[in-house]
Amino acid sequence: METPSETSEVPSGADLLPVAFRRWFAEKGWKPRAHQLALLQKARSGKSVLLIAPTGAGKTLAGFMPSLTDLAERGRKKPGTAFQGIHTLYISPLKALAVDIERNLMKPVGEMGLPLTIETRTGDTPQGKRQRQKLNPPEILLTTPEQLALLIANAEAERFFADLRYVVFDELHSLVTSKRGHLLSLGLARLRRLAPGMQAIGLSATVADPLDLRKWLAPQTEDGEEAAADIVVAPGGARPLITILESEDRIPWSGHVARYAIPAIYEEIRTHKTTLIFVNTRSQAELVFQELWTVNDDSLPIALHHGSLDAGQRRRVEAAMAENKLRAVVATSTLDLGIDWGDVDLVIHVGAPKGASRLAQRIGRANHRMDEPSRAILVPANRFEVLECQAALDANYINAQDTPPSGDGALDVLAQHVLGMACAEPFSGDALYEEVRSALPYADLSRETFDRVLDFAATGGYALKSYDRYAKIRQRADGLWRVSNPQTAQQYRLNIGTIVESPMLNVRMVRKNKLGSLGRGGPVLGKIEEYFLEGLTQGDTFLFGGKVLRFEGIRENEALASQTFSMDPKIPAYAGGKFPLSTYLADGVRGLLADGSEWHRLPDQVRDWLEIQREVSSLPQRDQMLIETFPRGSRFFMVAYPFEGRLAHQTLGMLLTRRLDRMGARPLGFVATDYSLGIWGLDDMGELIARRKLDLQALFDEDMLGDDLEAWLDESFLLKRTFRNCAVIAGLIERRHPGQEKTGRQVTVSADLIYDVLRSHEPDHVLLQATRQEAAAGLLDIQRLGVMLRRIRGHILHRPLDKVSPLAVPILLEIGKEPVAGNASESLLAEAAEDLIRDAMQI
Amino acid sequence: MARLALAGMGEEEIGASVTSVAGIEFVCDPMGALYCEADGLLIVSDLHLEKGAAFARRGQLLPPYDTHATLRLLARVMDRYRPRLVVSLGDNFHDRVGSALMPQDCRALIVEMAKGRDWIWITGNHDPDGVSGLPGTVAESMAFAGLTFRHEPAKGTEKGEIAGHLHPAATLRRREKSVRRPCFATDGDRLIMPSFGVMTGGLDLAHAAFRGLFDRTRLIAHMIGKERVYPVSFAGLKG
Repeated sequence: METPSETSEVPSGADLLPVAFRRWFAEKGWKPRAHQLALLQKARSGKSVLLIAPTGAGKTLAGFMPSLTDLAERGRKKPGTAFQGIHTLYISPLKALAVDIERNLMKPVGEMGLPLTIETRTGDTPQGKRQRQKLNPPEILLTTPEQLALLIANAEAERFFADLRYVVFDELHSLVTSKRGHLLSLGLARLRRLAPGMQAIGLSATVADPLDLRKWLAPQTEDGEEAAADIVVAPGGARPLITILESEDRIPWSGHVARYAIPAIYEEIRTHKTTLIFVNTRSQAELVFQELWTVNDDSLPIALHHGSLDAGQRRRVEAAMAENKLRAVVATSTLDLGIDWGDVDLVIHVGAPKGASRLAQRIGRANHRMDEPSRAILVPANRFEVLECQAALDANYINAQDTPPSGDGALDVLAQHVLGMACAEPFSGDALYEEVRSALPYADLSRETFDRVLDFAATGGYALKSYDRYAKIRQRADGLWRVSNPQTAQQYRLNIGTIVESPMLNVRMVRKNKLGSLGRGGPVLGKIEEYFLEGLTQGDTFLFGGKVLRFEGIRENEALASQTFSMDPKIPAYAGGKFPLSTYLADGVRGLLADGSEWHRLPDQVRDWLEIQREVSSLPQRDQMLIETFPRGSRFFMVAYPFEGRLAHQTLGMLLTRRLDRMGARPLGFVATDYSLGIWGLDDMGELIARRKLDLQALFDEDMLGDDLEAWLDESFLLKRTFRNCAVIAGLIERRHPGQEKTGRQVTVSADLIYDVLRSHEPDHVLLQATRQEAAAGLLDIQRLGVMLRRIRGHILHRPLDKVSPLAVPILLEIGKEPVAGNASESLLAEAAEDLIRDAMQI
Repeated sequence: MARLALAGMGEEEIGASVTSVAGIEFVCDPMGALYCEADGLLIVSDLHLEKGAAFARRGQLLPPYDTHATLRLLARVMDRYRPRLVVSLGDNFHDRVGSALMPQDCRALIVEMAKGRDWIWITGNHDPDGVSGLPGTVAESMAFAGLTFRHEPAKGTEKGEIAGHLHPAATLRRREKSVRRPCFATDGDRLIMPSFGVMTGGLDLAHAAFRGLFDRTRLIAHMIGKERVYPVSFAGLKG
């Protein structure tokens, strides 16, 4: 817990504090902060409240102030009194955070001698303790969204939550934008029904649109009346000191590793107490970690932390961190959220931060005291990232925010919730529909869609009504929906939650004996996605857990790997943690490009790069989009610079190549980065434009988001991946649980096959609808693409060139790194078949 | 899925691949069926009919369209080759009660297809009791034209065996890319059929379950492509 301020005058509202609190503050020589009292005051008036506060502002104590003071006044429960349900529910996105809060809350509660118990309930809580919690609940229960879903789906939920007064949501900003947030919003709607007088308290970092969060906390009503929680905003802390790393070495044109900066980063680690090094992806984490150790001549304790590593190893790193035993940790977003980590005095961000809000939060990890500035260094990995880092730095100084809006509630999540509610108690369709619509993400849900989801939960929602006899929930004569059998409730409990991981395999170290055969297993290092391992053959080397490993094969459900002394591993291509460039930063980068008077802030080599670009081609104005066409080798290229992020560019690339093909321009392929999109083909697209055979305005017309998009979506492999997630969340496909996998013959059905069958027989099925909705918002970034196409209408600047321009170099270097999908796999097959024929013809 | 699209294609576009087992010539059809012209014999394996319903019975409501889709593919193959004898090599239904509980319209499709020809239902581990209420003969295995037809391949190398059960699929690696497809696997002595059912997965030829079944130096994977079958030698899969 953060220490409250020692300086400010006693603000108004201090008289709201019970004696125990006033005495405690006095003994510590502290005074309550203004926002802590403001929140208490608003909560006392019966309203739900959103608290926006920077890290280190005493946010947690503020969040618990209403319930702690309430409980202090209520006094201890007398033995022998009737059952009392929980008083306060605290929900955090991370298990570790709940445990951390328990520790930090116990201290003041103990010192004040408050009459209450605090307990956690997570996936790790033993069965016996869970049972006991149900019979004899603590006053304050600290838990996660998944546990809440389980609790409200229980037959005893009504009794358990009847006395609930407060529910506190920590790190609310990070929860609401995901499907987890959708499920949580439905849980909140249910809590409100179970305990009508209950108040919600949200704790959040600074966000772009606080109104969104305020509405999320309040029940939405049909008449459109503005329903929103009250708000308290704590003042910001000292300005962070952020710089961009200056390096003598050449900044690369492309790539994401920032190898050039490793010596400079190491030097910073040496001169600081504890450094947190953030990267954007797990493979970046592995590479930066390995590179740091190759220059670690002083053998400084430098550790690695990312989501695929073995949990035990992660816990050890966290513990060592808390005890200040480490000098540096290389980490991905797994360390983003507000757990307390010892004395971090420097944050280094390798690669561009991709969003201004994300950067602000990561910087907040350093120096947890509000009145001292945090210290951070940005390390761009390539030239475009220099521009992006500069834009992010500017944004942080003006406190700009670019958190995404929460979005429409996902239907697969709703299907899961409907089943859960049937497990709790029989429900009427009308009442549940009303309850669901009180949750912000589902406020606009139509009755028809709700009924289709209900039908899905019952019998699969198929037009062919052949599963009535296998229904999971049934509507009985009294009109209420009930679970058909106990097995359904059990299946529901096993499949709860919205986090779907790709199938993963344990990576186990093995040793080769003298005869070359594999010995018995050594330690498990962590997990890697199955699809990555399937692409490996025995002898391939890859980087994992900071080691170069040699792949030996898959035995049962484990991947076996041995140590190797190879220094040049095949890079782990596993996904995870790739954020797209935020709209806000994209605009900043465009502004920086357009305004030459700002370039003096950039490194010399980057400035030279832009100046040459301006000379040989053009730099677009802030509202323009530049397109360059030029020949190179035997191909012709067209490079566009929309700066709208990789996802939107990928979608644009797919759609543009379809169109170019139809216009007869014979495109061959494309590659997309966060900044630009390169298309190459057999025809000179520049000449086609000059001869008016190709109309750029028509090519980039917004109508591509109509039929072309539909046609492409239907054959896209991206949809299959999305479908699998939706099918698992909705309960159509069961999750794979550890230890449950069968060896050899598959007993599960592949989601791809189900997708194919469903799409060819019932393309309008509600789960396919959910899949398209999710893909459009997430993987394809269609909304952003639409905004961009409107923005550039009439503002396309075409530059025909006779050779590649400086700005186009980075994207040309990306060509060949991207996998090619679609018809390419057929030609690989044909090629292999020809090999066989050739072999056969040899005498 | 490629095969679902194939069901609507014209005759002339089909690119089958030719192979021989114990000296008898067969064509591997891209829909996943094996045909012997000389004997008018059509072989399919692992139809796993009523798989969706079998899962639904256990509480997982998978789409109820798989039986219909599989039978439609089978009807297309029948139209193409007009066989005198059909052998379905076991795991015809996904569970024991599948054939008894199959919807009437699907049953009618099979009755229609079986008209004027013989049909042998080999039993498999999923349907050890055979099929009920359908035309044709149920058998554990069958010997015909010097070949043995059974569901599960016998242990060790075996001359002249045609089997199913393992759902073979091959992974081809070229230039850091990989393509995985169902395949007919044969070394000239034995052939293992790909699974025919639309909701069935595959098992990689490199998996331990295939160990000892083939002479790998002669093993060829007839990989099922979009419109053709591509024969690739086992050694050539790694590129």
